[in-house]
Amino acid sequence: MINRTSCYANFIALQTILRKETLRFMRIWSQTLLPPAITMSLYFLIFGKFIGSQIAHIYGYTYIQYIVPGLIMMSIMTNAYANTASSFFLTKFNKSIEEMLVSPMPNVIILLGFTFGGALRGVLVGIIVMLISFIFTHLPINHPFIMLLIAPLAAIVFSLGGVINAIYAKRFDDISFIPTFVLTPLTYLGGVFYSTQQLPSLWKTVSLCNPILAMVDTFRYGLLGVSDINIYFGFALVLALMIILFFWAWRLLCQGRGIKV
Amino acid sequence: MSSALQVSNLKKIYPNGIAALKGIDLEVAEGDFFALLGQNGAGKSTTIGIICSLINKTSGSIRIFGHDMDTAQAKAKSLIGVVPQEMNFGLFENISQILVNQAGYYGIPKHIAMKRAEVYLNEMGLWHMHDQPAFRLSGGMKRRLMIARAMINEPKLLILDEPTAGVDIELRHTLWRFLSFLNKQGTTIILTTHYLEEAEHLCKNVAIIDHGEIIENANMKSLLNRLTVQTLVFDLEIPVTHLPMLSHYRHRLIDDTTLEVELNRGQSINDLFQLLTSSHVQVHSMRNKTNRLEELFIHLVSANNKSENP
Repeated sequence: MINRTSCYANFIALQTILRKETLRFMRIWSQTLLPPAITMSLYFLIFGKFIGSQIAHIYGYTYIQYIVPGLIMMSIMTNAYANTASSFFLTKFNKSIEEMLVSPMPNVIILLGFTFGGALRGVLVGIIVMLISFIFTHLPINHPFIMLLIAPLAAIVFSLGGVINAIYAKRFDDISFIPTFVLTPLTYLGGVFYSTQQLPSLWKTVSLCNPILAMVDTFRYGLLGVSDINIYFGFALVLALMIILFFWAWRLLCQGRGIKV
Repeated sequence: MSSALQVSNLKKIYPNGIAALKGIDLEVAEGDFFALLGQNGAGKSTTIGIICSLINKTSGSIRIFGHDMDTAQAKAKSLIGVVPQEMNFGLFENISQILVNQAGYYGIPKHIAMKRAEVYLNEMGLWHMHDQPAFRLSGGMKRRLMIARAMINEPKLLILDEPTAGVDIELRHTLWRFLSFLNKQGTTIILTTHYLEEAEHLCKNVAIIDHGEIIENANMKSLLNRLTVQTLVFDLEIPVTHLPMLSHYRHRLIDDTTLEVELNRGQSINDLFQLLTSSHVQVHSMRNKTNRLEELFIHLVSANNKSENP
């Protein structure tokens, strides 16, 4: 039987971590919210306006319109990942993770708290970037429900990835390794700046193995109504990744990997 | 009386192969003020760490007020408050926020947590800084903050791992008063400390751990009664030039105003004073050369070391 008191206690615990995480990234907004806004404004200006004006339309959209969904998704994913990776690692590093470990809160609540905190930052940055994009171009929103569904799901996937990275990390350098050497190349090769239809068939096939392409294109379908991939495949992939990463992170927390001796 | 803590056959072998705990058994009664003593590396902090779920045990069981740590972990943990040896809070969080967050982890709603935070920060003399970030606190204040934080869930069992290490005497005495008050209110307290006079002053029962084994577990008074000899130091009112005749007592003159006398169990301190008076030695003050528990502790630990390495 589910104990209502413990459910309520767990809800408060989850709320507490979420509030703490939100306060953390809001307190240092100049490091968390402002940089992606500036970076993406530069992308819109240089790739969208200056260079994009000389590039042919893709699926009937101007180049800047075509890259906006990818840039929004890129911001969501990198910020969700960065938030949990740095916040969880710092909590581990300054030992304040012990505050949570001594409490009756189960590991799953710790995981959900950090994950939702990171996802919230990702989505918030995504909204900021989207609002900025309206300054540069007109965006038709074709399937708002799909857009509103895929963005938080992708944010959760990357947030979970950040937690796993932080659990394994032993030094500060370790939390920048995956973003620099794995995520950035995958993101840039994930259809943010181009359609896979423009690629030779070999590279088109290789691109389809990149999960980031599925997320970017599903979001693009929500916004522009065009996509290189089947959006059901996109959702299935995101959900599968979410489940795998969730159980991976949960298992690591239950083992006390990197946080208990 | 029921048990606040029951530890059975607790073992911990670290990944590097070091056996920190070799199957210890420990029982702390409800309402007790219990000292867990040992040298550095004896296994005190490992024991505390396992009880508080900060360290994974290798085997054994722990029950908190009858709730098993493996099968009823949430219930067991909800009854514990912990003051760790090292600072473990976010230095950039503000002080009352640290307490409110800790309460939140225990499932305590914010409005209750805020009231409790005010009570315990006031108790620890930190309320005037409640909206300041933790990095502004001095070392002693940080330690008081950890005690206030440990109290936020109003635990039935409070575990303090060297809470007075590195704090000044005034604060130490303030903490002693606070802990005694809590214990009188019914909170069971387990204390590890290197200050043995602290343990002697506060605790009713004591366990001594050495090389991962409990080598002594007894009532404080009965343990101190086992002390066969204690060394008393007399500060003399008038300097003496030669060693006074104190038959049956081993004694020596440290300098012309300091006399050291060994008092065996069974020898009366009144008789000693009579002897000193008859020898025209005027005593200004008297003290134990070392704390009684300290003397016993050294004796027990060195005896254990000899038996392990004959």
